[in-house]
Amino acid sequence: MEKMNSTSKNEAPNLPKGQKITGKWNRNSYTVIRPLGRGATGAVFLVEQNQQYFALKVGHNSMSITSEVNVLKHFEKVQGQILGPSFVDADDLFVYGERFPFYVMEYLQGTTVFKHVERHGKEWAPVLIVQLLGDLSRLHRAGWVFGDLKPDNLIVTGPPFRIRWLDVGGTTIKGRAVKEYTEFFDRGYWGMGDRKADEQYDLFSAGMVFIHLLSRQRFERDKDGWQTISKHIEQHARLRPYRQWLKRALTGYYTNADDMRVALMKMIQTAESMESTTTSPPKKKAKKPAATNTRRPKKTVPMVGIVDVILVISFLIITSILYLVGQLI
Amino acid sequence: MSAGTLRQILLLTDGCSNEGGDPAAVAALAREENITVNVIGVLEEGTLNEKASREIESIAESGGGISQIVYMKQLAKTVQMVTRQAMTQTLQGVVNKELSQILGKDQEWDELPPEKRGEVMEVVDELGESANLEVVILVDASASMRNKLQTVQEALVDLSISMDSRSGSNQYTLLTFPGKRKDVETLRGWTTGITEMTGLFNKIAAGGITPTGPALRAAVNEFRTLKRRSMIFDGEDELDLEERGS
Repeated sequence: MEKMNSTSKNEAPNLPKGQKITGKWNRNSYTVIRPLGRGATGAVFLVEQNQQYFALKVGHNSMSITSEVNVLKHFEKVQGQILGPSFVDADDLFVYGERFPFYVMEYLQGTTVFKHVERHGKEWAPVLIVQLLGDLSRLHRAGWVFGDLKPDNLIVTGPPFRIRWLDVGGTTIKGRAVKEYTEFFDRGYWGMGDRKADEQYDLFSAGMVFIHLLSRQRFERDKDGWQTISKHIEQHARLRPYRQWLKRALTGYYTNADDMRVALMKMIQTAESMESTTTSPPKKKAKKPAATNTRRPKKTVPMVGIVDVILVISFLIITSILYLVGQLI
Repeated sequence: MSAGTLRQILLLTDGCSNEGGDPAAVAALAREENITVNVIGVLEEGTLNEKASREIESIAESGGGISQIVYMKQLAKTVQMVTRQAMTQTLQGVVNKELSQILGKDQEWDELPPEKRGEVMEVVDELGESANLEVVILVDASASMRNKLQTVQEALVDLSISMDSRSGSNQYTLLTFPGKRKDVETLRGWTTGITEMTGLFNKIAAGGITPTGPALRAAVNEFRTLKRRSMIFDGEDELDLEERGS
């Protein structure tokens, strides 16, 4: 029987750069470019096949690798949208005669959610969560729950910037028990519910991702989990505008991702109007929040202002045309 | 195919046994009775003891289970992970047996092509979700473990949250060793939840010796009392539990 422990003999192999890998069953070949990362269930490498890049994950435990392949394949069936990385191949490879299971998936290139918010502004945090909630909604409708939702499992690709799921290993069929989780993002750890895979489990984690993203802090539970969290929300200036929405998300008030998503989009607008000095709320429905967000002043201009702007712009255009005509003559 | 009942012993210890023979031998016997023995070595940061970790590994190996050495901080997560992986592993064994009956020889499931493995894994997942679980939790309460018991308790509550989220039923009993007069002390008799176990570790007495082997033997016997009870005292479990828990 297989045994799990912390010694090195049961770890995924380290594949050297330039190594050529050929699968035992499907006979596909890949060349190792460089390692991308190492997790609990295996190591991920950037590989190349016919000038195309892929991510290859090799593990030591057939059970966990097979589980992940199953999830990736199920993701393909969730129609219309690209949720996780797409599945390419699953096979076995040999290193010094020892067999290791591996699978190949789409290589997602991008930055961490933290880096993205750092580079492009904190207004991106709620926008990324809106995108995430849209994906969760699609996943839930297909009968699945993501489970181990945390920044490490997310990546921002683009431009156009879009949040994507990097590691889908914790995805669970609705109604079963969540197998993989990370304490800070886990409802059970905070005493806010069980680990049954339901919509609210993911929505709780999404709320905690938001807290982590905006306050840049992970904190530990005091005696009362809920008190610890709500104190943190109240204390943080960046979180305070979202406090009602956050508390609802964390206490299971939203029964599906769409409700939470719509509520957040409303919160973004109120938060913006609270921050900006103009009082009139933006009327446009933010279908692509990314675009509207970066041009905030434009949509908060009152009607009179718009007329002014149009006049100024036409004046500028007319003068420049006159100037050009004058130059030509 | 029905999942039936999975029996596990979960041993939490920090060091070497010093009385009552080799615990691995007892674990090997437990395995013969289809009881899996998992061991979690609870250590403080930077105190990896070569001898202790060898014993931890060998008990789990003989007991057909999983061993994991952890530091205090990751304990809660590890306890539920080990329990769950051991369940999967046991179920894997059951499925393997069925498979080799179909396939003729000693074909292990991961010698199948990757596509077929996925189907087997789904069966195993399904079984793991619905199987009934019986766990004897055996906690080393010798002097060196004393300051870790609070964390152990939190980890057990956490285990209960995970296991109770499944659709299968759960039964736990909590033993510590060494006991006052016997090898083990029953802190809580068979029960369906650990959440009401707060403050349990407060009342245990100090003990100098670490009789891991005899304690494991007592743990194996616990399954017999559960089997007998469910046959004789069907419906009167509550009363019996009260008595044993005090």
